[in-house]
Amino acid sequence: MKRDIILAGVGGQGILSIAATIGMAALGSGLHLKQAEVHGMSQRGGDVSSNLRIADHEIASDLIPFGQADLIISVEPMESLRYLPLLSDSGWLITNTKPYINISNYPSMDALMKEIDSFEKHIALNADDIAKDLGTARSANMVILGAATPFLEIPHDKIADAIRQIFTRKGAEVVKLNIDAFEAGYQFAISHMN
Amino acid sequence: MQKLMLLGDEAIAQGAIDAGMSGIYAYPGTPSTEITEFIIHSKEAQIRHIRSGWSANEKTAMESALGMSYAGKRAMVCMKHVGLNVAADAFVNSAITGANGGLIIVSADDPSMHSSQNEQDSRFYGKFAMIPILEPSNQQEAYDMVFYGFDLSEKLGLPVLMRITTRLAHSRSGVQRLASREQNGVKLPKNPRQFILLPANARRQYKSLLQKQDAMEEAGLNSGFNSYFDGPDKSMGIITSGIGYNYLMENYPDRIVPFPIVKIGQYPLPHSMISQIYNDCNELLILEEGAPVIEEMLKGFLNLGKKVKGRLDNTIPRDGELNPNIVAVALGKVDTRGKEIPSVVVNRPPSLCKGCPHIYSYNALNQALDTWSKGRVFSDIGCYTLGALDPFDAINTCVDMGASITMAKGAADAGLLPAVAVIGDSTFTHSGITGLIDCVNDHSSITIMILDNATTAMTGGQTSAAFGKIEDICKGVGVHEDHIIVLNPSPKNHEENMAILKKELEYKGVSVIIPRRECIQTAMRTLKESKKQKVGEPVN
Ligand SMILES: Cc1ncc(C[n+]2csc(CCOP(=O)(O)OP(=O)(O)O)c2C)c(N)n1
Ligand code: SF4
Repeated sequence: MKRDIILAGVGGQGILSIAATIGMAALGSGLHLKQAEVHGMSQRGGDVSSNLRIADHEIASDLIPFGQADLIISVEPMESLRYLPLLSDSGWLITNTKPYINISNYPSMDALMKEIDSFEKHIALNADDIAKDLGTARSANMVILGAATPFLEIPHDKIADAIRQIFTRKGAEVVKLNIDAFEAGYQFAISHMN
Repeated sequence: MQKLMLLGDEAIAQGAIDAGMSGIYAYPGTPSTEITEFIIHSKEAQIRHIRSGWSANEKTAMESALGMSYAGKRAMVCMKHVGLNVAADAFVNSAITGANGGLIIVSADDPSMHSSQNEQDSRFYGKFAMIPILEPSNQQEAYDMVFYGFDLSEKLGLPVLMRITTRLAHSRSGVQRLASREQNGVKLPKNPRQFILLPANARRQYKSLLQKQDAMEEAGLNSGFNSYFDGPDKSMGIITSGIGYNYLMENYPDRIVPFPIVKIGQYPLPHSMISQIYNDCNELLILEEGAPVIEEMLKGFLNLGKKVKGRLDNTIPRDGELNPNIVAVALGKVDTRGKEIPSVVVNRPPSLCKGCPHIYSYNALNQALDTWSKGRVFSDIGCYTLGALDPFDAINTCVDMGASITMAKGAADAGLLPAVAVIGDSTFTHSGITGLIDCVNDHSSITIMILDNATTAMTGGQTSAAFGKIEDICKGVGVHEDHIIVLNPSPKNHEENMAILKKELEYKGVSVIIPRRECIQTAMRTLKESKKQKVGEPVN
């Protein structure tokens, strides 16, 4: 088994929190893991991505080969498309549809959604709205993580456990809100998978 | 013990703590910064009283580490590749003095220039100084090599260079720790003249360095970091170093490579292994991250003998970092690639944060310079370099740390008046002060803006050696008090700041303007931490 995942977003959107949660769950499941992060220049509102590799065998390269990623998980719609050359033919695209507009030539949402919808295997959801409706506007990333979970080949409960572990320090209420956000994303994906 | 999930940088830091290091010296620089940050924040390092912190620049860091080694303790110095240029004088001469306590220099290269101005390969420096080089291929090796590196350094009495690259520095993987060991006590060098590089001593020391070359190579044959893996297909042999090895293995999912391989993790190169693979195989493929260092050594000037494929014959692109696909193509395998990026996707370059003080410094400067022709702003390296991009288009140069003041001086000497230098506070204490002394001594007509955001922002907000000292430094080196002016770079002061700048641009002499307001990011972080402390949450 292997899962090669591209995490995508804009500097400051916290894609590494998703990576850390999946990473913790993977380790808890006795899997091997490599995660290449981005630091430095690209963090000031520029595009950022991270390579997360999980496998039940030793992993060689820190970078995912082009055309071989199983999943793109993006917290921003335009950014989800930037990494298509890395995605395999059978790969899934999981993306937030809420745009992060910090450039003047940001494309129209229609054009973006047309590209995303042209993908047979995709899940697109407005994670920000879903999180807001649950009263936890800051948990959009957990909604996205939930939406990606059916494709991770790590059991749903292991991911939920990892979320609990990461947020315990902040108290039961914060744990519950993040689990709610995660479940909402998960349910969305389950009902939109086909 | 359970494995720790560590960045390559963190693995080196944890290794140094566990291997009995007594002090780490560094100047921040991507992708090396997290080594020192890890030790600064490590409880274990505090308990062990390990000295850690930021130096004014890489040269002062290198020399401090050498001093700790002189005193018999193990020391580490960390920098990004271009930092080794700054530390080069101390670095190269440390090979002549040799080490006493174990001394490791970590230089983190950035092929493909993810956040650097060039992609120089630090192995050239190691070879130039004639000291051992260690090049880990993964996080575990990075950890283990720190133990080995300190031992090797103490055994040979030489500093050891550890060369890493971005993808190892910033990638996380499991690391198994070793039993930790004690630090050294203070113990002076046996030979009291070892560190006195007067010509007579230096000649002796240099001879001793030359004599150690065989022992250095021998060490690499026995350390386990250089290996020969035989393979049945001798039509080609592969020599690979550092993370190049991982990209090779990635192309063989069952991890069985048909060709013989020499895996290099330690230099000088092991002659016996290289001759064996050269003799056994019809041709060689060289897979190394960075410059064609090994390849050039093998090929020689005349390129006589068997075919050696690599970056020099374009089997591998001459620039940029390796990846599994580049290696696949070099191995004659099919390249894989998903769909192309759709044309609706546009670039999203990094930009100054909303409310960043640099924005208002540039707005004022741009307007103050309105009446003069373009092309007279010499800048430097830091967040403020983003002033080169739209909508500011405010600066004309960015070369190396400190070059703003001195290049502006040269241009002013040439008659380009007014000439403006724009430099950050941390860059100013890194390498700006000496240039300012040149300007003062020469009565140069230049306007220097020292953008004081109270931190080293570009690399993540480390303390700045300039903090609270800039005016005193300027006064101390002889800038006239009337021309040391502090501004608050904010929109409401725009007109006033612009007017002051305009006036100073007219002044025929050295003028220093200090726009001063804290970086938004560090200000927010301080606020968050103080809030956490109030509710009694742990601060990390
Ligand atoms: C010789 C060298 N060392 C380190 C770096 C990495 N580096 C680039 S900018 C910078 C810090 C800049 O800090 P400052 O001048 O205060 O500007 P700020 O980013 O805070 O605006 C550092 C450490 C480098 N490019 N060159
Ligand atoms: S990190 Fe600080 S100095 Fe850098 S752009 Fe943001 S606010 Fe400005």
